[in-house]
Amino acid sequence: MDYFLTEEQKTIKGLARKIAEERVLPVRAELDEKEEFPWAPLKELADADMFRVFVPEEYEGLGGGCLELCLVVEELSRVCSAVAVSYAASALGCMTLGEYGTDEQKRRWFPDIASGKKLAAFAITESTAGSDAGNIKTTAEKVAGGYLLNGTKQFITNGGEAALYTVICLTDKTRGARGASAIMVEKDTPGFTFGKKEKKMGIRASATRELVFRNCLVPEGNLLGKPGLGFIQAMRLFDRSRPGIGSQAVGLAQGALEAAVDYAEQRVQFGQPIISMPVVQHMLADMAILVEASRALVYAAARYVDSGARNVTEESAAAKVFASDTAMKVTTDAVQICGGTGYMRDFPVEKMMRDAKILQIYEGTNQILRNAIAVNLRKRKARTA
Amino acid sequence: MNIVVCLKQVPGTTEVKIDPQTNTLIRQGIENIINPFDTYAIEEGVRLREKHGGKVTVITMGPPQAEAALREAVSLGADAAVLLSDRAFAGADTWATAYTLSRAVAKLQPCDLIICGRQTIDGDTGQVGPEMAEMLQLPFIAYVSRIEEIADGKLRVRRMVEEGHEVMETTLPAVITVSKEINVPRLPSLRGIMKSKSAAIPVWGVRELEVDEKMVGLAGSSTQVIKVFFPQRVHQAEMLEGDLDTRVDTLIDRLRSARVC
Repeated sequence: MDYFLTEEQKTIKGLARKIAEERVLPVRAELDEKEEFPWAPLKELADADMFRVFVPEEYEGLGGGCLELCLVVEELSRVCSAVAVSYAASALGCMTLGEYGTDEQKRRWFPDIASGKKLAAFAITESTAGSDAGNIKTTAEKVAGGYLLNGTKQFITNGGEAALYTVICLTDKTRGARGASAIMVEKDTPGFTFGKKEKKMGIRASATRELVFRNCLVPEGNLLGKPGLGFIQAMRLFDRSRPGIGSQAVGLAQGALEAAVDYAEQRVQFGQPIISMPVVQHMLADMAILVEASRALVYAAARYVDSGARNVTEESAAAKVFASDTAMKVTTDAVQICGGTGYMRDFPVEKMMRDAKILQIYEGTNQILRNAIAVNLRKRKARTA
Repeated sequence: MNIVVCLKQVPGTTEVKIDPQTNTLIRQGIENIINPFDTYAIEEGVRLREKHGGKVTVITMGPPQAEAALREAVSLGADAAVLLSDRAFAGADTWATAYTLSRAVAKLQPCDLIICGRQTIDGDTGQVGPEMAEMLQLPFIAYVSRIEEIADGKLRVRRMVEEGHEVMETTLPAVITVSKEINVPRLPSLRGIMKSKSAAIPVWGVRELEVDEKMVGLAGSSTQVIKVFFPQRVHQAEMLEGDLDTRVDTLIDRLRSARVC
């Protein structure tokens, strides 16, 4: 399918594919097996200016939008979803800065993120606040010299590896979610440590850790936007980042589909390659249809975000839900087509199936996102009634 | 330091076909790439520039479409590029190619170091680098696997030889050819690609290089390819009979008569 990408978008996508195939593919199995953070592939991405894609031009970036980011994430995820998410998490970690930061704040933090010298991360989830994201407990008490942070963030992607964290915490705990604010915290700030590194089912090379704040003093100048708007900022951020998860799902499913086709072509049973059997052909055809439909929806949602539309909740949620459900189904079917071989860890589809599950869970579970879509449907109905 | 890297655009496949009439490569329908050995030359040039400052200029002799190879080199870090293209350059052998390249290097003075890949994957001769050095009357070192030091107008390198390596020193300017052990070429960057798209690439022909048409292209070539063929592989094995001593004696006799030892 031709999505009428611009020359620049094609260049970005093409180079991301080249890096994925030449520099990520040879190491993905080992990184997964060792649960090792993919610093070497990320360095390659940095050298190729990939971290500049999502940073505004005024701050040494290339000023790309949601679609450009999606193209990179898709190509990386086609080869390794763990590398893709480590890259994308840095984008997530600085999008609030881009939207609400002052010029001084942006000048301070963006250039090092653009060059890839520093990774960023976003932290909202806590043990009591998953889908119920408003139920966070981490506090940021206003004191002389800044904010004093106390609390523990959970399941933070790039935790421990990132140098810069956008942390959602309560600057006014009496007001709950309405008292939340977004504060930038730099690694090595006294009182800021990391808890255990999680052992995961999939995306094992990516880092997922607790952030622990114990009387961690952060300068007042690290607050992004106005205090009390943190929860709204976070929800708005996710509305704009969800197509990125969708593109991660599209890339993963594409990789699994290609692996399944390759295997079906060379695997001979009953004297013929299994790809000549109608039952396998139909499975592959269904997979291909779902992958292309997901891609079309994700690109459309990303372009809608880039158009500057005010409310993109429904569209970005739909793209994320459909693409991640697709990735789960397509990777499962890829393992099925590859049979016993596909179930083995020496073969890539096993990892792809493990990597797919998280896509239905993080950045809003698919259940929560269906709720959000349903709420919008009812609102629309109420307006037209 | 000012560095010139010479590169060649070659067919991007190992299954090239040969035109039985002209004994030249059939290039139609085949994607062209930078000769893989030349990518190490580009990378080394860019690394030296990053370390010592200066400028890397890439040059190639070829048809107008060879400009794509130069743009790719710019995306990989080269500062400038010149395409040597003229109908008169067509049909050049290694000598005429080296002559044309050497005239371009002379025009690009001052130049401290000229880097080439060790050979091309299509012609495979490895002659253009040394011939060019001869024409420019510059010192030449082949198969460089590491640049150890550049200081006080001198270059010290490690070069591959059959059973190990040699360390050699030369004055600059000099010509070197590099082997693939010297580095791992980088991938292009987005900013590099964008720069390469708008880079101005001048085209130099017979007039710009001020060369005699009889010295370039087919007219300037003293060799001509008569036939290109795959050499026949001849395998002969002989099993020696008898006890161990007899077999060893026979083996030594055979090796002596074959003048192997």
